[in-house]
Amino acid sequence: MKEISAEDITSVIRRLCMEANSYLPDDIKGKIATCRMTETWNLAKNILGVIEGNFSVAENDFVPICQDTGVACVFLEIGQDVHINGNLREAVDEGVRQGYTDGYLRKSVVKDPLDRVNTGDNTPAMLYTEIVPGDELKITVAPKGFGSENMSAIKMLKPSDGIEGVKKFILETVENAGPNPCPPIVVGVGIGGTFDKAALLAKKALMRSTDVRNEDKLYADLEEEMLEKINALGIGPQGVGGATTALAVNIEKMPTHIAGLPVAVNINCHVARHRSAVL
Amino acid sequence: MEKRITTPLTAEKVKDLRTGDTVLLSGVIYTARDAAHKRLCELLEKGEKLPFDPKDQVIYYVGPAPAKPGKVIGSAGPTTSYRMDAYAPALIREGLKGMIGKGKRSDEVRETMKECTAVYFGAIGGAGAVLANSIKKAEVIAYEDLGAEAIRRLEVEDMPLFVIMDCYGGNLYESGRKEYLESVKK
Repeated sequence: MKEISAEDITSVIRRLCMEANSYLPDDIKGKIATCRMTETWNLAKNILGVIEGNFSVAENDFVPICQDTGVACVFLEIGQDVHINGNLREAVDEGVRQGYTDGYLRKSVVKDPLDRVNTGDNTPAMLYTEIVPGDELKITVAPKGFGSENMSAIKMLKPSDGIEGVKKFILETVENAGPNPCPPIVVGVGIGGTFDKAALLAKKALMRSTDVRNEDKLYADLEEEMLEKINALGIGPQGVGGATTALAVNIEKMPTHIAGLPVAVNINCHVARHRSAVL
Repeated sequence: MEKRITTPLTAEKVKDLRTGDTVLLSGVIYTARDAAHKRLCELLEKGEKLPFDPKDQVIYYVGPAPAKPGKVIGSAGPTTSYRMDAYAPALIREGLKGMIGKGKRSDEVRETMKECTAVYFGAIGGAGAVLANSIKKAEVIAYEDLGAEAIRRLEVEDMPLFVIMDCYGGNLYESGRKEYLESVKK
């Protein structure tokens, strides 16, 4: 049994909130650089250049890449041999509170979806916990902006819709989103499970490196095919036209019911942030 | 074409802008997003005075991050404009000449822009750190209780923008994509 204190969790989350908002994962930076080289449309190429420059400014000045520093999605993979001393929920929110306040990040959370008064400290976190084997605690903070979150969609397809139905829905969702989610985007797709599980899979898909394909060949091929189809739409960076609409399509899947084929598409802008630490 | 524009943005200046132009904007502009727009339009409905006169002005759809010590403002890129579509026509009718944001607009907004000679600029979404560098002064002038959503008076210098929709009905999201796809076919 390993003991982990609530204070340690708070301090790691505080740091991850700040770092995730200024330092983009290397795979995303690499993809943008490659796309800038291959992009043939002038305005699109220029925009990708500004986006790259923006990453450098954010990193060097340690300021957020985007002013929408998101709602803090916090994923905890808790080893079953870990014991946490203190109140976990409070420890997580305290980490978010400190990270967003001390890091000069924007507070973008309202207490009530209809009443809409800002909580003032970006809490509560969107917290997901999972019990896994072992005695470690893995913490991932993924600040999620809502320009792209608002363009996401979920649909309960029929089994007879099959893989063609899945392709159609993914393409339709990206096409409808157009310039709104700040392309180039990363497309997270969840297939299977239940209504809620499909959505969670789609969000988790955004956490996987865009350089890694699904280990199941059928889904790896689907990822490649959909990336090609999406980029053939010609939406381009910021919607001005061009070859670079998406940087990657990441798909996660799980078993589902005999009667269903849930598909969720979670869109992320080019500021595809997530940062992890292990305690 | 690259054009340098200084606010106030008169109808004459708007008429000179075309979809696809790149623009370096300087002068005073105002920030407002969802919550501030709701309040502005409530004032208009009641026939009350707005916190600033929108005549020949530009509104930037942004909710900036807080300024770090020694900085004028935090990261400040555009938010998605369609959420302001319900409010924009009323402000355009009050004389607002420019909007800065990103993403699609409603037919009603586009029609009002044509009718009243207004322009819709795009700023690069997600490039908040770079865009903040073109903001030289920032001051909250109304609705401080809204935090990031308060109305700010900004002084900008050479803010990099592009014209998405001009006052003639042009729309870069349609024409840019179409022209690109044609260029690939050739």
